[in-house]
Amino acid sequence: MADYVIEMLNITKEFPGIKANDDVTLQLQRGEIHALLGENGAGKSTLMSVLFGLYQPEAGVIKKDGQIVKINNPNDATALHIGMVHQHFKLVECFTVLDNIILGAEPMNGPVVDRKAARKRVLELSERYGLKVDPDAKIEDISVGMQQRVEILKMLYRDNEILIFDEPTAVLTPQEIDELMEIMRSFKKEGKSILFITHKLAEIKAVADRCSVLRKGRYMGTVDVAKTSVEEMSRLMVGRDVQLVSQKQEKTPGKTVLRVEGMTVPSRVHSNNAVKNASLEVRQGEIVCLAGIEGNGQTEFVYALTGLEKMSAGKITLNDRDISKASIRQRSKLGMSHIPEDRHKHGLVLDYSLENNMVLQRYWEPEFQRFGFIRSKAVRAYSDRLIEQYDVRSGQGSVTIARSMSGGNQQKAIVAREIDRDPQLLIAVQPTRGLDVGAIEYIHKQIIAQRDAGKAVLLVSLELDEVMNLSDRILVMYEGEIVGEFDPKTTDVQTLGLYMAGAKRNS
Amino acid sequence: MWLLLKYTLLYAAVLILVALGGMFSERSGVINIALEGIMVIGGLMGVVAINIMNALGAPVFLGILVTVVASALAGLLYSSLLAFSAINLKADQTIGGTALNLLATALAMVIAKRINGSDSPKIVYSTNSNAVLNSSHFSFNIGPLTLNWFLLVTVIALAAAWFILYRSRFGMRLMACGEHPQAADSVGINVYKMRWAGVLMSGVLGGIGGMAYIVPAVGEWNFEMGVAGMGFLALAVMIFGQWKPLNIAGAALFFAVFRAMANIFDSFSFLARLGWPKEIYNMMPFVASMIVLAFTSKSSRAPKAEGIPYDKGSR
Amino acid sequence: MQKRKNTPRLSGVSGGVGTMMASLVCVLCGLAVGFVALLVLGGITLSQNGEEFNLMNLLKITWEQGFKPIVQGGFYAKSNVMGMAVRMEILQAAPLIMTGLSVAFAYKTGLFNIGAAGQYTVGAFMALYFAIVLKMPWWVCLIASAVGGAIWGAIPGFFKAFLNVNEVITAIMFNWIGLYAVNTLIYQGGNGPMFNLKTTKTFTLKESAPQSLLPSFNVTVGGKDYFGKMFMPTIGIFIAIAMAVLIWVIINKTTFGYELKACGHNKNAAKYAGINEKTNIVLSMTIAGALAGLGAGLFYLSGSKEWEPLVSTALPATGFNGISVALLASSNPIGCIFSAIFISHITVGGGFMTAKLFPSEVSDIISGVVIYLCAFSLLFKGRIMKLFARKPSAERKGDKA
Repeated sequence: MADYVIEMLNITKEFPGIKANDDVTLQLQRGEIHALLGENGAGKSTLMSVLFGLYQPEAGVIKKDGQIVKINNPNDATALHIGMVHQHFKLVECFTVLDNIILGAEPMNGPVVDRKAARKRVLELSERYGLKVDPDAKIEDISVGMQQRVEILKMLYRDNEILIFDEPTAVLTPQEIDELMEIMRSFKKEGKSILFITHKLAEIKAVADRCSVLRKGRYMGTVDVAKTSVEEMSRLMVGRDVQLVSQKQEKTPGKTVLRVEGMTVPSRVHSNNAVKNASLEVRQGEIVCLAGIEGNGQTEFVYALTGLEKMSAGKITLNDRDISKASIRQRSKLGMSHIPEDRHKHGLVLDYSLENNMVLQRYWEPEFQRFGFIRSKAVRAYSDRLIEQYDVRSGQGSVTIARSMSGGNQQKAIVAREIDRDPQLLIAVQPTRGLDVGAIEYIHKQIIAQRDAGKAVLLVSLELDEVMNLSDRILVMYEGEIVGEFDPKTTDVQTLGLYMAGAKRNS
Repeated sequence: MWLLLKYTLLYAAVLILVALGGMFSERSGVINIALEGIMVIGGLMGVVAINIMNALGAPVFLGILVTVVASALAGLLYSSLLAFSAINLKADQTIGGTALNLLATALAMVIAKRINGSDSPKIVYSTNSNAVLNSSHFSFNIGPLTLNWFLLVTVIALAAAWFILYRSRFGMRLMACGEHPQAADSVGINVYKMRWAGVLMSGVLGGIGGMAYIVPAVGEWNFEMGVAGMGFLALAVMIFGQWKPLNIAGAALFFAVFRAMANIFDSFSFLARLGWPKEIYNMMPFVASMIVLAFTSKSSRAPKAEGIPYDKGSR
Repeated sequence: MQKRKNTPRLSGVSGGVGTMMASLVCVLCGLAVGFVALLVLGGITLSQNGEEFNLMNLLKITWEQGFKPIVQGGFYAKSNVMGMAVRMEILQAAPLIMTGLSVAFAYKTGLFNIGAAGQYTVGAFMALYFAIVLKMPWWVCLIASAVGGAIWGAIPGFFKAFLNVNEVITAIMFNWIGLYAVNTLIYQGGNGPMFNLKTTKTFTLKESAPQSLLPSFNVTVGGKDYFGKMFMPTIGIFIAIAMAVLIWVIINKTTFGYELKACGHNKNAAKYAGINEKTNIVLSMTIAGALAGLGAGLFYLSGSKEWEPLVSTALPATGFNGISVALLASSNPIGCIFSAIFISHITVGGGFMTAKLFPSEVSDIISGVVIYLCAFSLLFKGRIMKLFARKPSAERKGDKA
């Protein structure tokens, strides 16, 4: 009989309106790396939150070493030596690295927090596992990679034996991912058990022993990674064969639509510039992709490009017109469409109805208003057409409140709105973040269709698969500078990774 | 000049106490706009306690102790209304606080009028110097300077606040709840409890602050005006002080000078000669606070999660 | 996981019935608290009089001298001679509608206008100045009052938009600044042109500026005039109602309203859509201020009250009651009409209680409790909707977050 350190049996967890986990079983053997595979929204994070005591399941039991245990809160989980690196880091930004590691498990010297003892211990752990951190740096000043190391140290500091990694590779370069895998293997060697949540099959193949698959909240089975092909796992995850590579025809780019010269944008967080002297061009009928690790200036670049933020130097030309100082509205009128990075922050007014969101960029046009009064019939008709044409699904059609729609359909609505304006330039920032495979395929198709229709497309993406798959040209951004340009046909992910990590650059 | 110093220190003590209260609440993540109301309730219960202790003929020391405890307890209880609505019911904190401010004045008026049995909302508590306990017992003299005991309380509170925030486990966890409650929750800190603690501390300090504002200065109080915006000034002090104890102390001294002018402007010949009405001096601290905030707010850094109800179940 | 600042109350889009029921629950709870307060006060009185405790007696006193006047408001028979009390209720409802609209309008843009009291104060000053000193006709005075309020509202808007100061803090500070400034300007050491030394108030409009009084109207009930000749209400209430309708149209039917609401719900998305958020904040606060200022005009130009600079040490309650009005109405302009009438009703009623036993501020307690409850009334709303809507919401098929 297998030696299970953790068993989650028949777990069901419901949220208002959905069953996030429906009768899910997960058994973790001692000293193994166990992958938990599923699409976005399949219920992986929910299941792990149940194990970590953040949620209470409606049904099912959890066993540790064969004994039924009750995990009511993270303290219980810690007492059972369960630790977790969350997908969205749970770090207090204005605290130091040290304070973040000891928070909740502070060593005390009388009434005073004993930071001296804590520091000694943290440095020891950091040394032993090769997790380099600066204990006195503030979280807001350090890189995402180091933040992840802080999260890992948090677990080690608490002597955790069962380590949960929730989508840990999404924010890392290929090289950093390799490092992380190495660290995971060293944990395994020490006898720690690891749960590794991901939707990337290659990583599972590289590091995991066994793999459990979730689909739409249901348990699909557990497979031995060594004996299972990537295709089989993919089919288990999605429920059908997936066409992983989009089809795209050769096309010669036309005239230049967008030209950015020497753009510099000051940072809001630190005193450095977020974007430094960046220049690029996008021509008709090509997809140019801006690749890079999160937080290397891509966001600020797009903000400055679309007018959401001011640049301190540089020039932007759209179809031979200088728009460096133009307002957001003017840029939009000149044919700039923008699928924003954060659909909840920028893309939608969540408390508005779908129809009001559909005209968010056009409500002021004569088609939709007369003498300052909204022509609600025209708005409704337009919205109905977009919903029909772009297959946006919602509870009550045009009058649905955007907040109540699924992420995929919210994104489809934004894509419909931005594409239907017939733009000269389409700026798409992480257009598929957090979506399931069906929605990703759909949005990729729409973007390629825009390119084929002769539009200029600027794509910003963190997903290297997406970058390689869609783009005609790749630009890598590192610390606010564009450090290299590549043709996807003649380069590979490893090369891009070196540039993304700043290890190499074309001067 | 001694008079100016006396009143400046008096008002600075009040502002520091109340602003520290606000600091604890906001550091835990709850906006406490109800400080004004908490001060009113604390002050009311303080003077009521004085009258009761006088009626009982209790010794001075006991009397002082009881009145201070009464005002602290009153503030504590009243602030629990804010904590309950803001933390447990996840209500809008600004609206909840505004309600408590309005409610406090109304309650104080009703209670004051009922105590008087007349239509006057004024409570007289120590004009009669024969009373066992009166205003003067809250003060002591150093040379020509009259100081009050609340100043001592304030200094202790200030030191304690600094220690709690930067050295103790409680303070570290409190700040984590105001910055990133999800992070605090994920390491097993009970966010609700910490926020309750923060709000209740603001209640205690606000209650004592209300009392410290009223009692050492005058012998009777008209509760129609509440505490005349002192709680709101404390909020401005807190923002100007960047939610940090020592900065708050500095900011409080600055505002206290302006507030003190209204009390003593006619005893300064050069101010008296200007012939400005008292109202102008009343207005000054508010004008000063607006000017200061206008210049400092762009760079101000409030606790990140302040004002956002924490919902454990939200994803 | 998104931050959900301000989501409660702002929307009012869905479930109008639930919203109304929730407001009703708030009102009933508020009245219940008021009743308990009266019981306590009554009990204290009885025990002070040395009477033995008698529940029936206590209930009787509380009802007769306390709760009955509050519930009956202006219609409390003893005080409604020749329609006097009903007139008072109508006169007070008009400014309350306006301050309520002021708060509600700002709320649509995501701003909390706690400064209605100060804007009201400045509006009152402007109305009285244009009436008593400049002898202008009533409609000019009304415009002046709106302008005064608008200026006082624009300041917090400006501070918020361009200096990043929270509008609540600015508005509170400017409430006090406004109050002290107006008192100073009217009194001027006893030499103010509007100040009547004999009464220590401003001059009455009837004597000094009859041209500035709002026109009044009468109602015929059973073939007779309801209001006595001296006690006719003014047309202020109709102006207020008209403004409520106008504001409703602006918010719901115009592109301006669309922009304001977009800013209120999600200022980042509004910016993304090319809406100038800063202009909208300033505009929204300016209009909110104008509404509150106009409210003061409607009240002080009715000639039923003068400004008393020497005893006005507290900000006018009408400003703060505007918050109750707006919250009770879920920021719906039309709803403000009804909630204002309710608040006016209990305030006027509160004044008719036997003052020695039951201070009139009990009605302020009720209003305070109502705001407190409104702050989390979404909770009631959820519960009530569940009670009424027992049907499973099946239409959300295949649609998950």
